Amino acid sequence: MGGPPPTRIVVAYGFWIFILSDIVMFSALFATYAVLSGNTAGGPTGHELFNLRNVFIETMCLLVSSYTCGLGALSAERHQQGRFLIFAALTFGLGAAFLAIEISEFAGLVSQGPSSRSAFLSAYFTLVGMHGTHVAIGLIWLIYLVAQVAVKGLRPAVLRRLLCFSLFWHALDIVWIGVMTLVYLMGVQ
Amino acid sequence: MNNDRSHFDRSPGVEQNESAANILSYTAGLVLAILLTIASFIVAQTNLLWGPGVAVGLIVLAFAQIGVHLVFFLHLGSGPDHTNNILALAFGLLIVFLVIAGSCWIIANLNANMMFTHPAG
Repeated sequence: MGGPPPTRIVVAYGFWIFILSDIVMFSALFATYAVLSGNTAGGPTGHELFNLRNVFIETMCLLVSSYTCGLGALSAERHQQGRFLIFAALTFGLGAAFLAIEISEFAGLVSQGPSSRSAFLSAYFTLVGMHGTHVAIGLIWLIYLVAQVAVKGLRPAVLRRLLCFSLFWHALDIVWIGVMTLVYLMGVQ
Repeated sequence: MNNDRSHFDRSPGVEQNESAANILSYTAGLVLAILLTIASFIVAQTNLLWGPGVAVGLIVLAFAQIGVHLVFFLHLGSGPDHTNNILALAFGLLIVFLVIAGSCWIIANLNANMMFTHPAG
């Protein structure tokens, strides 16, 4: 067992620690939402606002994009650049679809009244908006990585960055399970 | 992997040796996650579960789905090569639990003690 572990292991482990710290940050927002979700101050409640059909489509978009991201990472490991680009495009398309649905949902909510109408709405926009921001950053990161693959090819440093991206993308899906359950499914009860 | 050491440490998200099994693992994960998602939506929208039990059912389904993601998408295992990853995850989950459960507990107490409609004295 002598010698330092390979760079790939060290990089992925470090990124795993970052993801866990990101999830700890999300846990504070989840706690805020859980505590404030009943404080609607006479304004609209989740039961009146949320459209579960949209949430189901959003969930499926994110889930399938996590799947295509995994298959893309697998193709990259096997140096199948064409397959990787197809899966990256699918991942991007599904992520962008998720974001488009979420933005139109936010626009609809804001048109019904200010987002600071109640503590419940502030907590809702902070938690769900933070997740959406992460997805948007992930999409920009994915474009950057595809450009790197196109220019530099699938060399080890690029593969390590792809591994970090796929960890990030899977982690966002895990956070979404929490959002879907706590905010939407329990919110309409 | 060309280093002996990689046999003993494994990072999350890194697949194991056989690639056919990996595609199968992702697909199995996708199918399980879709089934659990559909189950969550059914539990939330029908009377299948006894009313007060719905929240518990949803939380159990969410944890099951998070487990599916960790095992099938992030390839976390219980083997000795995953000790560091699992330890980091366990610590993260401890903090998440303390923050969420602690906040809910404290604020519930605060609400119970502050929200008198007829303040005493």
